Amino acid sequence: MAHFTKATSLHDWMNQRLGVDTLNRVLATEYWIPKNINFLWAMGMILAITFGILLISGIFLLMYYQPNVHLAFDSVNYTIMQEVGYGWLWRHVHGVAASVVFLIIYIHMFTGIYYGSYKKGREMIWISGMLLFVAFSAEAFSGYMLPWGQMSYWAGMVITNLFSLGGLHANGLVEWIRGDYVPAQAFLNRFFMLHVLLIPLAIIGLIALHFGALRIPHVNNQDGEEVDFEVESKKYLAGDTKNSKVIRFMNDFLAKDMMVVGIYLIFFFYLVFYHYDFAMDPVNFDPANGLHTPTHIYPEWYFLWSYEVLRPFSTNVGLIAFAFAQVIFFFLPFLDRSPNAVPASRRGLFQIWFWAMLVDMIVLTAMGKVPPEGSFSVIGHYAALTFFALWIALPFITKFEKKV
Amino acid sequence: MKNSSRRGFMGKAFGAVAGVGAVASLYAMKRSWDPLPSVKAAGFTTLDMSEYKENELVVEKWRGKPIFVLKQSKEMLDTEDKNMSEITGKTTSAMDKKRLLKIGGEYYMVCVGLCTHLGCIPGYRPDKKDFLCACHGGMYDDAGMVTKSPPPRGFDIPPFKIDGMKLVLGESSPEYEKMLADGVTLKV
Ligand code: HEM
Ligand code: FES
Repeated sequence: MAHFTKATSLHDWMNQRLGVDTLNRVLATEYWIPKNINFLWAMGMILAITFGILLISGIFLLMYYQPNVHLAFDSVNYTIMQEVGYGWLWRHVHGVAASVVFLIIYIHMFTGIYYGSYKKGREMIWISGMLLFVAFSAEAFSGYMLPWGQMSYWAGMVITNLFSLGGLHANGLVEWIRGDYVPAQAFLNRFFMLHVLLIPLAIIGLIALHFGALRIPHVNNQDGEEVDFEVESKKYLAGDTKNSKVIRFMNDFLAKDMMVVGIYLIFFFYLVFYHYDFAMDPVNFDPANGLHTPTHIYPEWYFLWSYEVLRPFSTNVGLIAFAFAQVIFFFLPFLDRSPNAVPASRRGLFQIWFWAMLVDMIVLTAMGKVPPEGSFSVIGHYAALTFFALWIALPFITKFEKKV
Repeated sequence: MKNSSRRGFMGKAFGAVAGVGAVASLYAMKRSWDPLPSVKAAGFTTLDMSEYKENELVVEKWRGKPIFVLKQSKEMLDTEDKNMSEITGKTTSAMDKKRLLKIGGEYYMVCVGLCTHLGCIPGYRPDKKDFLCACHGGMYDDAGMVTKSPPPRGFDIPPFKIDGMKLVLGESSPEYEKMLADGVTLKV
């Protein structure tokens, strides 16, 4: 039987029952972080904080939002924006955070790609990260339905129509997802549930998995060096903190992390107070109308690249292209055949691949925003083909990469 | 040995019970997401066909979806023959005659006004007598036949029943069944 002694302090009382010292050691004070990393390694913490901001602002929006097709639009655009004290603040914080979180996710992903942080035991970090990306996408889409404006309605229409699976004409499946022939009350209600409960729960679980996946391999570093965490941490604990290549996560590294977070938050609140409009589509300030399509239906900027991949093709090919774009990043650790987990700058052709992929996705994003006409549609078409060509080329160029 | 085989049996027995329970709950969850009976029952619309004017698109509503009604003029019936479909490579006239509804001696196009690509509402251009979808540039002629991709097919036609000058949407009829059999439209 476990043996309990009379507690000498509150800390001791907790420690006997919950093992707080052990937890603190494993998760914080003896979780080792290499010294040679830069501000790009703070993106993960920024994401965690932004998720917290989304959660808090969301809770306040939830207190006045009405998930009803007749009331939703006014509950947001009138009640929350004009009546509720500081309601506008929660809405702008929530909208800006939802948009900025994707900017940071993309930076975080491309940091991982650049430094090869998805290989050599870090595959689960990458896969859990991609699951987070999918969950955040679903969260953003379901949230976009809630104000029940024109873009909510028509994005809901177009995206759920994807589930008719093109030539398969699975209308039954589409109607099942909507709970109606068109997006209506049942649709709004179930997307509301997904947005405020099921997907956030999944995200919290996935963040725990993502952090868990980091614990054993530890974070990578900017020199692609294989740090021996056993040896380096012993050095540190023995007092030789100067020569050790690692520092404690808490408080040492956290202090650096929070510095970057602080700068980010200044930028974030600058956007919230002075440039929130970039996160609010003007078309969505018209109430949903099933008998009138907006002239251009486009998703939020962070989905544009995958939407553009779909546009140049006929329905079926487009759907396959879209599905490919949605899942292909999951397979990165396995399509990259090279064992080098070093910065792209030292990986020959892969360096070109990296920048080509980044530029291509920016071009796809830009072309997704403009109307699909004339030279735009031609550029979009080639950018889409380039996207696929790059993924097909990846295993080959990495297979023949020199070992560094 | 005896113990572990008993445990194995208990494990399997529990697995069987849990499996049945899991399938049953999945079925219940699936059914909870089905459209409600009230949603399904509200699916009928009656139109008075004598009120429409030639070459003037009217948008009606059926099951929350826009319905395009376009009364054909003599000229429209004739010029249709010149249109080529990008999808089939044939003139659209053969398809057109089958797509139109003949009511009281007049021809009408009655279709679900959603692009068959991804469901935007195309706009009608009375001067050009065609439909243009702003979302991805799909086009249709004045009988609702697709002339430019990405849409894979012409506008879908809702189930209809002709009753004198009245048209009931949502109810099938031999004329509609024939359209389905001829592959003029998919079931909506
Ligand atoms: C959106 C929620 C996410 C949160 C809260 C999050 C959080 C974190 C944190 C705190 C770290 C450690 C610090 C750092 O290296 O930045 C990290 C590392 C990492 N994350 Fe994420 N992440 C998220 C999404 C993603 C996504 C979408 C991917 C890409 C698929 C991803 C891939 C990685 C990788 C590869 C690492 C390891 C970096 C290294 O070892 O150097 N994460 N994440
Ligand atoms: S929805 Fe009409 S062309 Fe795509």
